[in-house]
Amino acid sequence: VSSALPERDVVVIGAGVVGAAIARELSRFELRCTLVEAGPDVGAGTSKANTALLHTGFDAKPGTLEARLVRRGHELLAEYAPKAGIPLERTGALLVAWRDEQRAAFPGIVERARENGSAIREVGVEELYRLEPHLGSGAHGALEIPDEGIVCPFTTPLAFATEAVLAGCDLRLRAPVTRIERLAQGGFLLEAGGDTLTTRFLVNAAGLRSDEIDRLLGHDGFTVTPRRGELVVFDKLSRSLVEHIVLAVPTGTTKGVLLAPTVFGNVLLGPTADDVQDKDDTSSTREGLAYLMAEGKRIMPELLGYEVTAVYAGLRAATEHTDYQLTIHAPEGYACVGGIRSTGLSASMAIAEHVRSELGAAGLPLQVKDELPVVRMPNIGEGRPRPYAQPERIAEDADYGRIVCFCERVSRGEIRDALAGPIPPVDLDGLRRRTRVLMGRCQGFYCGAQVSALLSDAASLR
Amino acid sequence: VNVLVVGGGPAGLACAIELRRRGFDDVLVLDREAEAGGIPRHSAHQGFGLRDLHRVMPGPRYARRYVELARRAGARVLEEATVTGRSADGALEITTPAGRDVLEAPAVVLATGCRERPRPARLVPGSRPEGVLTTGMLQQLVALEQPVGTRAVVVGAEHVSFSALMTLAHAGAETVAMVTELPRHQTLGLFRAGAALRYRAPLWTRTAVSGVHGHPRVEEVELLDLDSSRTRRVACDTVVFTADWIPDHELAVMAGLELDPGTRGPRVDTGLWASRPGVFAAGNLLQGAEPADVAALSGRHAAASAARWLADRSTWPAPRVSIACEPPLLWISPNAVSPARDEPPRGRFALRSTVFRRSAAIEIHQDGRLLWSGRVARLVPGRSASLPSRWIGAVDTAGGPISVRLAGS
Repeated sequence: VSSALPERDVVVIGAGVVGAAIARELSRFELRCTLVEAGPDVGAGTSKANTALLHTGFDAKPGTLEARLVRRGHELLAEYAPKAGIPLERTGALLVAWRDEQRAAFPGIVERARENGSAIREVGVEELYRLEPHLGSGAHGALEIPDEGIVCPFTTPLAFATEAVLAGCDLRLRAPVTRIERLAQGGFLLEAGGDTLTTRFLVNAAGLRSDEIDRLLGHDGFTVTPRRGELVVFDKLSRSLVEHIVLAVPTGTTKGVLLAPTVFGNVLLGPTADDVQDKDDTSSTREGLAYLMAEGKRIMPELLGYEVTAVYAGLRAATEHTDYQLTIHAPEGYACVGGIRSTGLSASMAIAEHVRSELGAAGLPLQVKDELPVVRMPNIGEGRPRPYAQPERIAEDADYGRIVCFCERVSRGEIRDALAGPIPPVDLDGLRRRTRVLMGRCQGFYCGAQVSALLSDAASLR
Repeated sequence: VNVLVVGGGPAGLACAIELRRRGFDDVLVLDREAEAGGIPRHSAHQGFGLRDLHRVMPGPRYARRYVELARRAGARVLEEATVTGRSADGALEITTPAGRDVLEAPAVVLATGCRERPRPARLVPGSRPEGVLTTGMLQQLVALEQPVGTRAVVVGAEHVSFSALMTLAHAGAETVAMVTELPRHQTLGLFRAGAALRYRAPLWTRTAVSGVHGHPRVEEVELLDLDSSRTRRVACDTVVFTADWIPDHELAVMAGLELDPGTRGPRVDTGLWASRPGVFAAGNLLQGAEPADVAALSGRHAAASAARWLADRSTWPAPRVSIACEPPLLWISPNAVSPARDEPPRGRFALRSTVFRRSAAIEIHQDGRLLWSGRVARLVPGRSASLPSRWIGAVDTAGGPISVRLAGS
């Protein structure tokens, strides 16, 4: 092996939203590209458990890579999403001051937003309550950031990975990277999930484990300390309470607890921010939930009268640094894309563009493919009609009128399509992220068994 | 269509049968499942049909029997039909494999039933593994021959919790423990004693589930002793969250119906007339949860009211006086009295409490006036006590809200 040329041009480690975006970007060129993922599915780590906001980057530190890439990523994703069928809604955000000293921070926030090129304006108390009539009492004013939005955290990485796979990228799931060696003639040898891969270029988008991959290559630039964020999702019946994303004035360590509509028609409350040691510990805690409910009661008391549909926790890949840990080691052909803390979804496409351009400068040959796949993901958002509401689709295929998951109105046709898709789900959670089954208020009381049976039938056919 | 019935469980089907018996031609029952019949379809144990059909049979047979009776009575039962919305003029938008449709009727009976609160709604922290079920999902998994694990913890100690225990045993799973936050179980003593002997599952009272852990499947639960505040961990691969019913009120909310804050079902008067003209509600949508035969009788009751409405649509009973419970009482159903002063279903109100009490003294007041006082034999959380209805004649239907409370509380 060591004397032969590497079999691949590039290997991307990590199929979260960032790694999948990079794989999609690179697969548009005449390259032998492989995407390896330790977990069983695409987007099944940090990418699936976050606030699902499409940030403008209005509050990023001006001049940082993060500020630049979030802003560019917002632009790219807003353009790509409607074409690829990714649910995205431009709801706008209201950053609410609940105390005088928070309001005193407004001029600084406005100044920073202007530097970052984000639209922003101050909103008086009266207008604020007109915009959000159900907001709790005692607000002192707000800033409106009209371009903030919400996006589907499930469809986004799946769309990227699907496009990459259809363009010829080799996707390897359940393939944790356990060893990396440099090849004498340049390039790398990896052991991933029992296979040995050789590649000329290597991209580390391993998220929570990007520091560990970096160390396998002898670097020691940063350490990821997972920052856990717990979130509570309220019943769809509460959706009409909230129009905008309701943000808190950030403090030194966090952006505070926010309230946001979701593209699925729920209302989300969170996140907490706790540094934890275990990179797999996505458990919610009694203290965290109690804190969120107390915050929710303050921000929008009526919300607490609704049922909770889901509780989850995600881990942001925080580091000891304030900016992304994105370093291109040009001579060796290695791109480290680490420390993408909480803006990965928003910045993903810009990070991919940046990495592609930097690797190009480092010698990765970039010849655009003659033909590129067009990906159109099944719509799982409330912003556009879904199959159950589309008579023409039901007329074509009665299974789109055969609703299996009543809470989320997911048809048998959509479940069948997902199970037969280019990247089929391997578990209920994967099927949930592709179709919304089991995401609703009954959590499987009505359809859980039937959905399990459909999944195990599909698995036994494969 | 004369009458649209939404929900083809015992309440909806019994309602449709009664409307046909009373001579209404076009009665359409919409059910979203592939087979109508409701929750009893999956309750593979005895005990269904005593109060309504006057014979006892297992759940699945009871469900089939009702669908058959409804069809034989001449009602149309449309399966795989989901109501997805309601237009401004009150018409119901439905999705079926045949396409989209919009249906209107002078009378609509909502009988959409109830479900068990799942784990997230109970805010039980921890990881999100597979193997966390409700009784509803458990029963269907077993019916579809899907795996359910080998060591289970059952959360709750009501009738349905013991039903979960039986289902688990039938599927070959051992129940490691039943836990309840209450000081004792809420089922019949006989059931409890039988279950203890037959299934050997210990019952841990004053115990809360304070965490669920494991990946990708449940590995253990954390249990909190509510008296000592001590926690301990118990290994298991399945957790069944039972009971804690909530009405499936989405369509009632879409229809703009007033809900009762206690039951969380639509507020109905004693004839089961809801807050909007032309809309009735019946069965476990009103209150989670009563046995299937009680739900069926409630459906029959709504049919009698709907028949009156169809015969004369000039007035909808109003104004209505609401009935509210004071803690530790939880809710009462029906929960309004209108000038019609109909008898409630089965001639009684159902009363729920958060506490156990023997021979409880109850008082009913309106505007400072005592309407009724008396005793109910026994209050048990999760089980309905019967309250007589003779006091509704004394209600001032133009007066203030009625309150029901424990005397001396």
